[in-house]
Amino acid sequence: MNDATKEMEPTQKLKFYQKGTFTVGNRLVSEADRTVQASIDRSNAITCGHRGCQGCGEALGARYVVDAAMRATNNNLIVVNATGCLEVFTTPYPETSWQVAWVHSLFGNAAAVGTGVAAAMRVKGRSEVRILAQGGDGGSTDIGFGCLSGMFERNDDVLYVCYDNEGYMNTGVQRSSATPPAARTATTDAVGDEPGNVFGTGKSVPKIAMAHGIPYVAIASVADLHDLERKVTKAMGFHGARYIHVQVPCPLGWGSASHDTIRLARLAVESGVFPIFEAEYGVITGSRKIRNRVPVVEYLKLQKRYAHLFKNGDAPRLERLQKLADRNIAEFNLLAHEGNV
Amino acid sequence: MPQHPFAITLDVGSSLANQTGSWRNERPVYVDRLPPCNNACPAGENIQGWLFHAETGDYETAWRVLTQNNPLPSCMGRVCYHPCESKCNRADVDSAVGINSVERFLGDEAIKRGWKFEAPKSESGKRVLIVGAGPSGLSAAYHLRLLGHQVVLQDAGPKAGGMMRFGIPKYRLPREVLDAEIQRIVDIGVELKLNAKVDNIQETMKAGKFDAAFLAVGAHIGKRAYIPAGEAAKIVDAVSVLRSMEGEEKPLLGRKVVVYGGGNTALDVARTAKRLGASESIIVYRRTRAKMPAHDFEVEEALEEGIMMKWLSTIKRMDEGKLTIEKMELDKTGFPQPTGVFETLEADSVVLALGQDVDLGLLNGVPGLTIKDGVVEVGPNMMTGANGIFAGGDMVPSERTVTVAVGHGKKAARHIDAWLRGKTYTPAEKHEIASFDKLNTWYYTDAPGTVRPVLDTVRRQSTFDEVVSGLDETNALYEARRCLSCGNCFECDNCYGVCPDNAVIKLGPGNRFRFNYDYCKGCGVCAKECPCGAIAMVPEEI
Repeated sequence: MNDATKEMEPTQKLKFYQKGTFTVGNRLVSEADRTVQASIDRSNAITCGHRGCQGCGEALGARYVVDAAMRATNNNLIVVNATGCLEVFTTPYPETSWQVAWVHSLFGNAAAVGTGVAAAMRVKGRSEVRILAQGGDGGSTDIGFGCLSGMFERNDDVLYVCYDNEGYMNTGVQRSSATPPAARTATTDAVGDEPGNVFGTGKSVPKIAMAHGIPYVAIASVADLHDLERKVTKAMGFHGARYIHVQVPCPLGWGSASHDTIRLARLAVESGVFPIFEAEYGVITGSRKIRNRVPVVEYLKLQKRYAHLFKNGDAPRLERLQKLADRNIAEFNLLAHEGNV
Repeated sequence: MPQHPFAITLDVGSSLANQTGSWRNERPVYVDRLPPCNNACPAGENIQGWLFHAETGDYETAWRVLTQNNPLPSCMGRVCYHPCESKCNRADVDSAVGINSVERFLGDEAIKRGWKFEAPKSESGKRVLIVGAGPSGLSAAYHLRLLGHQVVLQDAGPKAGGMMRFGIPKYRLPREVLDAEIQRIVDIGVELKLNAKVDNIQETMKAGKFDAAFLAVGAHIGKRAYIPAGEAAKIVDAVSVLRSMEGEEKPLLGRKVVVYGGGNTALDVARTAKRLGASESIIVYRRTRAKMPAHDFEVEEALEEGIMMKWLSTIKRMDEGKLTIEKMELDKTGFPQPTGVFETLEADSVVLALGQDVDLGLLNGVPGLTIKDGVVEVGPNMMTGANGIFAGGDMVPSERTVTVAVGHGKKAARHIDAWLRGKTYTPAEKHEIASFDKLNTWYYTDAPGTVRPVLDTVRRQSTFDEVVSGLDETNALYEARRCLSCGNCFECDNCYGVCPDNAVIKLGPGNRFRFNYDYCKGCGVCAKECPCGAIAMVPEEI
């Protein structure tokens, strides 16, 4: 049933378009064909002055998502935010960076609050107002997981976006169920026989979301803005429960250089570590093909959380990580075929 | 005291109050780096600059930017050996941008659409004599005229163009193209005097009341080598053969032609002989193919056309219809040494293509000149040892190509202009080179070069039609868009999009971007994700 062999639909269809196909904007194409982020009057849902770290992937990912959702809904959008970095660095009392209707309640209940806001809008007859609930991987895959699953199974009319930075970064880099194997966190120290996070733990929330049979599930990355915006816009074309999982590199928690945020997201995609695909009603409809495949070490070696793998040359574990990426590549059909580029 | 709801004590404020720029220890700055193509161009063209306009389909602006430096794009797009393409960063992505073919397309568009140069805005009242209407003289005439000087362009030949007309075969440079580009220079008010050889530069300058002179007489005398020859042996030089191709009487070389030499002129004349009907056209060269000074693609084209090559051979003797050749071998230092092994080769004529000398007769009696190895020494400002007499092109020490000559003409014009105004010309300081490591090539799509269709080999052998044909509108646009815009912002919006702090301000089409240092935290994502390397990170002073 799943068909990951299909290439996801291209975001731009242009002839003789050689330069900047992957860039944010381009002077050679019409305004309508450029990304939301290229627009001089984009919403800037998270404005300047927020306290996100230098090179924060989440600040970037959240602005990409919310700006695109605002355009898709003609600014009729209410955002519900779980506790986490995103909430903390944007709203230290009494300041706010948000330029959108924005609600925060608790760490674990963003999906439930989103459901409630959606119900309220329905009661008030405000069918044009759409709801976006969002949180980090902690608030989504761990603490808010029950509420999230409930929102999915009831098929509530909410788009839930998880910004996955692979740990509890705001509270000091603790492990979450989205932390990858071998990654060092404050609670999975790089000591002992199996340094870093244990292999064989964690879960894939996108796959769990698909198991609920909800209308739309997608994975996206800050490294591919065109794809990310297309998915948010597409999600807003559905009613019912929708889920988008966005990988957002964290310079602080990953121990990477602040300028490498997008580069890391790109390497995660190009190595197969972070497969990009989308699914409708529980069935995969396409995956994003790798352009220039790179070995997983290229991705790992830029991050201090994996430094222990390189310090003493931990070949077996590096090989296991490569195998996981290879498995993703096979499972989601990430390599382009002849004539399918 | 304002009323607040329960448990609220402060008014809501925007995070704009929090100027995160104070976190920064490095700041991004927009820079313009020097594209390697521009740096490699002997004519000093702003290649990236004109491709930028060609990409939008605004070919006229592209042509105008191009001709700010070089008035002969249509000729250049045919005969230039494009050192720019050898340095193109795109070669490390897939293959170099076909700069030369786009240049030719723009030049041909200009001729087709009748685009003209704008006349000079003011007159300086100074008179400059230019001797030699080849590429260097034409280039100098164009630039000096645009700078407001009265220019007289004088040439010994019956037509302008110099070696472009009398040295380069028609199959490489059609004469209509050359004529059109020369006429456009004449049209801005350059006085062209033909069949007017200058015998004494000082007298001519005095008689014509010239304030300065630029000499670019070229190198038109074919070098001879002593070859013992029988009575009926026909030995001619390549320059005369190519020159006579322009006249009524085509040279008679016979069925079997041997060309002696290994440069581009040797190839030109061998290919010309083939087109004149020779059944065999053989190049005899004393060293190997790898050591040949000719460009490899021309050797390749010649071989395709059936030109034969005899490497490691010297001509010892010529008799009627017969040639004695000695085989050579390279010694340890790479020099050819005789082996004492001889062979004979049938030949109706031998054409010597052993290089050219300059006729320096017009400089007799001029004091202060330095002449070395048959060419005139010039200073960094292109001025000879004689005050007010400048020189360029093949008659000064340099690589002898059309492009170098055009570059000399421009450079000399700028120095002559400054000299006439009692100033010195200082060229703008060069920017840092936009080397490949400065780029983020992820953002460029992969595209192979547009290969210029090559005329059918058979057709080429018998006629003087152009060998390499041009691009049309659609593939020229395609080719132009392959440019990576190395080191120069092309407004892709990447910095504006990837800033996690909204600290990049978009200024609108043509105005690029500005950093908002009040909020820029100095993370450096913009610089890393800039495709073309137009952002540098600079340490903050603390």
